[in-house]
Amino acid sequence: MNELVFFFNQVVIGGVVLGSIYALGAVGITLIFGILRFAHFAHGDMMTLGGFITFILAAIVAGFGIAFPLPTGFVVLPLAMGIAAVLALGIDKGFYAPLRARGAKPVTLLIASIGVTMMIQGLIRLFFGSSTRSFFDGEPKKLIRIDLPFEGVTRPISFTEPQLLLVVLTAIAVIALHYFLTRSRLGKGMRAMADNADLARVSGINTRLVVRVTWVIAGALACMAGAMLALDVSLKPDLAFNILLPIFAAAIVGGLGHAYGAIAGGFLLGFAETLAVFNWAVLLRPFRAALPDWFEIPGSLALVQSEYKLTVAFIILVVVLLVRPTGIFKGAST
Amino acid sequence: MTMRYVGLFSGLFLLIVGVGLFMGSPFTVRLMVEAFAFALIAMGLNIQWGFGGLFNFGILGMLMLGGFGVTFISYPVNEAFWVSNGPAMLGLTLLAAVAGAAMIILAHNVQRVGITGKWRGMVIVLAWFVAYILFRSQMDPAASYIISQSGWVGGLGLPVLLGWAFGGLLAAGIGFFVGKVSLGLRTDYLAIATIGIAEILRAVIKNVEWLTRGTLTVSPIPWPVPNPQTFQSWGYDPASSFIYARLGFLLVVVGVVVVALFLIHRAYNGPWGRMMRAIRDNHVAAGSMGKDVTRRQLELFVFGSALMGIGGAILVSFVGIYDPSSYQPIHHTFVIWVMLIVGGAGNNFGALLGGLLIYIVWMLSEPLAQALFQTLSNFSSDMGWGAIPDISSRSVQMRVFVLGLVITVALRFAPKGLLPEFVRRHD
Repeated sequence: MNELVFFFNQVVIGGVVLGSIYALGAVGITLIFGILRFAHFAHGDMMTLGGFITFILAAIVAGFGIAFPLPTGFVVLPLAMGIAAVLALGIDKGFYAPLRARGAKPVTLLIASIGVTMMIQGLIRLFFGSSTRSFFDGEPKKLIRIDLPFEGVTRPISFTEPQLLLVVLTAIAVIALHYFLTRSRLGKGMRAMADNADLARVSGINTRLVVRVTWVIAGALACMAGAMLALDVSLKPDLAFNILLPIFAAAIVGGLGHAYGAIAGGFLLGFAETLAVFNWAVLLRPFRAALPDWFEIPGSLALVQSEYKLTVAFIILVVVLLVRPTGIFKGAST
Repeated sequence: MTMRYVGLFSGLFLLIVGVGLFMGSPFTVRLMVEAFAFALIAMGLNIQWGFGGLFNFGILGMLMLGGFGVTFISYPVNEAFWVSNGPAMLGLTLLAAVAGAAMIILAHNVQRVGITGKWRGMVIVLAWFVAYILFRSQMDPAASYIISQSGWVGGLGLPVLLGWAFGGLLAAGIGFFVGKVSLGLRTDYLAIATIGIAEILRAVIKNVEWLTRGTLTVSPIPWPVPNPQTFQSWGYDPASSFIYARLGFLLVVVGVVVVALFLIHRAYNGPWGRMMRAIRDNHVAAGSMGKDVTRRQLELFVFGSALMGIGGAILVSFVGIYDPSSYQPIHHTFVIWVMLIVGGAGNNFGALLGGLLIYIVWMLSEPLAQALFQTLSNFSSDMGWGAIPDISSRSVQMRVFVLGLVITVALRFAPKGLLPEFVRRHD
C-alpha cells in the first residue's frame, strides 16, 4: 500500500498541481487567440511579471509586520491580479493595438509579442537580477500530511499548503470563467466574437470592450498562474518562459480558441508528464513473489528519463499538431 | 533606391569603424566574425520567411546541429572509444533502430492486409511503443558503457571546413524531416511546432552525453586558419596574434557569406525565385498553375536550414567550445528574427545589413548600458542615495530589452524593414 501512496503523491498530486498551472496559463493564451487571432508569446513573461508583482506586494505587506494565517503572497494576490490586468491592457494599447489598427496580419502581431517578451524579460532582470527568490524566507511553507487509516500504511499523503491553495484557486477560477462565458452578456459576446468577429460586430457587440475584457482576464489569470507557480517552487526571472511552450501545447491539445479545451489540455499534459517520468518498478516490487523467477525488476522502469520531462509535452504537442491540428476535441478551428 | 543601399551600407561601415576606434581592434574583429556568421543565419531565415513565408521558430535547433556537426568532424579522435566495445554496441543500437523503423513503416501500411480505421491506429501506436522499447533496450547500456569506458565518442579529426559543410548538411537533413512533418500547418501552428521540435532537439543534444558530452562541453575545437596560439608560437606578441588570427578567420567567414549571397541572389532573381514568391503570395493560385507547393516549400526549408547549420558551425568553431546548455531561444532564435525584420524580409541585402547591424547593436548595448548605469550610479552616490548594485550583471540584461524595443518599434514604424523587398513591376 505504501507504494500506492507513493504513486498518489508523485503522479496524482504532481499531475494536478502541474495541470492547474498549465490550465491557468493556457486559458489566457486560448482566449487571446480566440478573440485576437494571434499566438501570444509574451504570455509566459506576463506570468513571471505577475509573480514579481505579487512578490513586491508581499514584501511590502510583510514590511509592515502584518501576519496572516495564509501565505502572504496568497493574500495579496487579488491586488496583484488587478495590477497585472492594468499592465496587460497597457501592453495591448502600446504594442498590439496600433498594429491591429493598421490591419497587420496575425503573424506580425506574433512577432511583436516576441518583442514584448524580450522587453519584459530584460526589464525584470534589470531590476531584480537573475537570482532565485522565495516567498517563504520570512514564514514557513506549511506541509500538509494526511495519514491513511489502513493497516500497513506508514507513508502519509503529503502536499504543501501552496499546492492546495493553487488547486482550490484553479477550480474557483474555472467555475467563475464558466459562468462568465455562459451566463453574462459580455461573456456571450466574447464567445460570439471568437466564433465570427464580423458577425459579432454587426449584431451590435462592443468589440473594443470585448478585447479589453479579454486582456483583463488573460492578464489576471497569468498573474495568478505565475504567482502560484512561484509560491509552489521559487521565483526566477525565467520562471514562466520555460513553461510557455507546455502551456501552448496545452492550448493546442485542447484546440486553440476553446477555453474548456485548454483546461482539459492543461491537465492532460500535467498528468502525461508525471506519468511518463514515474518509475513503474516501484509498483511492481510488492508483487515480487508473484512474478516468475526469470523476470528481474529493473532499477528504473520509467517511460522516459526525468531529464526529458518537459520534452514529453513537446512530443505530445507535435503529435497532436500532426494528427489532429484542431485539438483533441471536436470543433471548428478558428 | 540605390541611394538607400549605398547610404545604409556606408553608414554601417562608418559604425564599424567607429566601434573599432572606441573598443579596440581585437574586439571589433571578433565582433565582425560573429556578426557575419549571424548575417549568414539571417540569410538562411530570409530564404525560409522572406522567399517562402515559412515561419521557423526552431533556428536554435539548426544552430545546435551545425555546432555539433563541426565538433564531431573536426575534434581529435578519441582512441579509447574506438578500441573499446563502444562501436559494436552502437552498431547494435543502429540495428535496433532500423528494425524499429521497419516495424513502424510496416504498421503504417497495415491497411493493405485489411486492417483499417481504429485498428490501424492501434497497430501504429503499438509499433511505435515496441520500437521505442527495443531502441531503449540497446541504447541505454551502450550509452552508459561509453560514458564509463571512454567518456564520449570523440571527433573524427578531419578538416574544419569539412565540419562546416557537414554541419550544414546535418541541419539540412534534420530540416528535411522537420519540414516534412510540419509544413502542412498554418503559420502560427508552424511557429509553435518548429519551436517544439527545436526544444526536443535541444533536450536531446544536451542529454546524450555519450555523443556530445552534454553539459560537460567540448573544447578546444580547432580553427580552419592558424589560431592565436599558433601565431604566438611563430613569435608574435599576444595582442597582435589575436588580431591576425581573427582577421584570417574573418576572411574565411566573409568568403562564405559572399559566396552564399551570390548564389542566393542569383536564385532569387531567377525563375526559381519568382516561383517561390508566387507560392508565397498566393499558394492556391500557384498550385493551380501546376506548381508542387509543398515540395517547393520543403526545398526552401532545407536550403534555409543548411545556411543556419553552417552559421552555427562557424560560431562554434570560432568560440572554440561546444556547450549545448548555452543555447537560448532569445539569443539564438528571436535575435535572428529581429535581424531579418529590421533588415527587410525578402531582401537578401536586407538580411545581410540587418544581421550585421543588429548584432553590433546587441553587443554594444551592454557596454553602453554599463556606461549609462555607471553615470547614474555616480550621480546617485553623489546625491547621497547610494550606488546602483551589480552594474555589470544588470547591464547584460539591457540588450534583451533594447532588442525587444527595436523590433516593436520597427514593426510599428517600418514594417517592411530598412531595405524593403524590391518589387519589380512590368506595366
